[in-house]
Amino acid sequence: MNYNWDWGVLLQQPYWGWLWSGLGWTLLISLGSWVIALSVGISAGIARCMPNRAIQIVASVYIEVFRNIPPLVQLFLWYFVFPELLPDALGLWIKRDLPNPEYVTAIVGLGLFAGARVAEQIRAGIAAVGIHLLPAALATGLRPLQAFRLILLPLGLRAVFGPLTSEFLITVKMSSISLTIGMLELTAQSRHIENYTFHGLEAFAVATVVYLLLGLSVTGLMRVIDRRFGAAKYRRASS
Amino acid sequence: MNDFDWGVIARSWPFLAEGMALSALLVVVSTAGGILLGLGLALMRRSDHAFIAGPATVYVTVMRSVPLILVLFWFYFLVPLVIGRPVGALASALVAFVLFEAAFYCEIIRAGINSVRAGQTEAALATGMRRSQVMRLIIMPQGLRAMTPLLFNQVIIVFQDTSLVYVVALRDFMTTASVVASRDGRPTEMYTLVAVVYLAICFSLSKAIELYGKGRAR
Amino acid sequence: MIVLNDIHKSYGRTQVLRGCTAAVKLGEVVVVCGPSGSGKSTLIKCVNGLVPIDRGSITVDGVSVTDKHTDLPALRAQIGMVFQNFELYPHMTALQNVSLAQIHVLKRSRAEADARSEQLLARVGLSSKLSSRPDQLSGGQQQRVSIARALSMDPKAMLFDEPTSALDPEMVNEVLEVMQALALDGMTMMVVTHEMGFAQRVAERVLFMDGGEILEDSPKSQFFANPSTERARQFLTKVLSH
Repeated sequence: MNYNWDWGVLLQQPYWGWLWSGLGWTLLISLGSWVIALSVGISAGIARCMPNRAIQIVASVYIEVFRNIPPLVQLFLWYFVFPELLPDALGLWIKRDLPNPEYVTAIVGLGLFAGARVAEQIRAGIAAVGIHLLPAALATGLRPLQAFRLILLPLGLRAVFGPLTSEFLITVKMSSISLTIGMLELTAQSRHIENYTFHGLEAFAVATVVYLLLGLSVTGLMRVIDRRFGAAKYRRASS
Repeated sequence: MNDFDWGVIARSWPFLAEGMALSALLVVVSTAGGILLGLGLALMRRSDHAFIAGPATVYVTVMRSVPLILVLFWFYFLVPLVIGRPVGALASALVAFVLFEAAFYCEIIRAGINSVRAGQTEAALATGMRRSQVMRLIIMPQGLRAMTPLLFNQVIIVFQDTSLVYVVALRDFMTTASVVASRDGRPTEMYTLVAVVYLAICFSLSKAIELYGKGRAR
Repeated sequence: MIVLNDIHKSYGRTQVLRGCTAAVKLGEVVVVCGPSGSGKSTLIKCVNGLVPIDRGSITVDGVSVTDKHTDLPALRAQIGMVFQNFELYPHMTALQNVSLAQIHVLKRSRAEADARSEQLLARVGLSSKLSSRPDQLSGGQQQRVSIARALSMDPKAMLFDEPTSALDPEMVNEVLEVMQALALDGMTMMVVTHEMGFAQRVAERVLFMDGGEILEDSPKSQFFANPSTERARQFLTKVLSH
């Protein structure tokens, strides 16, 4: 392999600054879409478990549609198609006056995609707790809705702590697709550096390490939190 | 601005079909290669020797922490460098997909193997079988049953992932549609079509897997 | 036949076996009993090397289990083992379960192996269940298949790890009867069990374990009539009182 490695180039401006700003955008997009994903996902996940058939169906349709379309396609739908379908005035406002439309599109698109996955995790978590505890809760005389609110929901949410951590990390990685609508996040910036310096491999290596560290530290942090507050405490108590 | 022209789909159909064929090729190659390499990685990770298990663990951890797009970029530049001549986007995308998905298949295969109770291994060893025989005759057949739904699910994810070759301008289904969208100025029609097609395929596949899993659980 | 000398075993910081010494002579039936967590299952799994030990030595028919150069699979093929949870292979029929190791370890032909398996399944009273899968069999039937599987290797000795603990009460006897018949045929047997009735009828000697140590190693009559340690006496009172 014939490649002229030069790591020093990354330390020069503006490239060093590009990487930092890329990391900043990656974090902003990930966190922004995660807020949407959690609020929509938890609501949809709970709705999916409700006894009301109509609510169940609405939640299922959301989950199935947003899970089964590739996130890149969803992003393009929000960016190119959605404004066209709105009344003209609103569509124009989105195209012309919405501040930072790429960022808003990215967090909405990624957030709703991740939300469907979160909803599915919540549903599975509640169902798993329910199999064991619902008969016991009903046997003590709780009404179904009470059993749901007092037993299944709190335990179900704790049980999905681990899966939600992985979903967040998937969202962090997925934030890279927002480069297709012009967001200069970490992956985009490393590609950008390749264009300017022809030292792409160094830039990719740095980006790889940053993603790796991001993943490891989130996993580590969540493990500490889980040990202190989450389901791990209950697992220990029951074993 | 609101008059749609759905005829654009009929007109560009042959072109879109070629894109779909490329998507299918990507799925088939990355699934076959990914499972094969993933199996090797899974067996390595089960080894008692740190110098065999360690590298596999590092490989899987790194691949699972980085975005697929970054991996596509890596190999877009790396593969020609290693081979010493330009190879085109398809070859490097295939390499990237196989190496990337292998990490995910590895974890699915490992979970399948781990789902088989330890007692089965003990019982088989107690009859005098060697470790390789135990793996082949006892663990794998049972693990395979546990992992099939997850393997099929991963195929759906891989299918969705293939849309990301857009970033290296490889003409899969998604990218051909976007080419038509900008050539004919018809993004609404084209991206709606793409979404509907992916939704129809992925939804019916995932329902089929669900039914298959339920049928087997009885 | 089986000689255990000063066996030590720890999992992490927990010491499971602390210096166990015992022997089983050719044709002898030895029952190992003791409260749960006393280390009896670990001890019996050391005999065929399923659990590697930290210190001590084990020989079976003169062959060292602990020697690095010993061909463990070949040794294990000569010792049958029956597990608490049966551990039949769920993806195979009863007949295939019994034939598998004959084909792959003893290198018998399939026809030869199946013929032998049919013979053994008849011996444990399951001629009608050759093509049943484990999940179609009752617990007692599964355990009898697993005894046939162990016998299919023509073993020199048999190890039983709580063979009736996972069974419903009404199925315990069908398994114990098969084991008793084996003992009468002169099989060398080491049996971890809580079935004191079986011990009284069949065993020559009883080992009593507690806290990873063998506290008693006595002829059956002496163990039941006059155990020498207080802990064995307490254990017997609890086990025999119902």
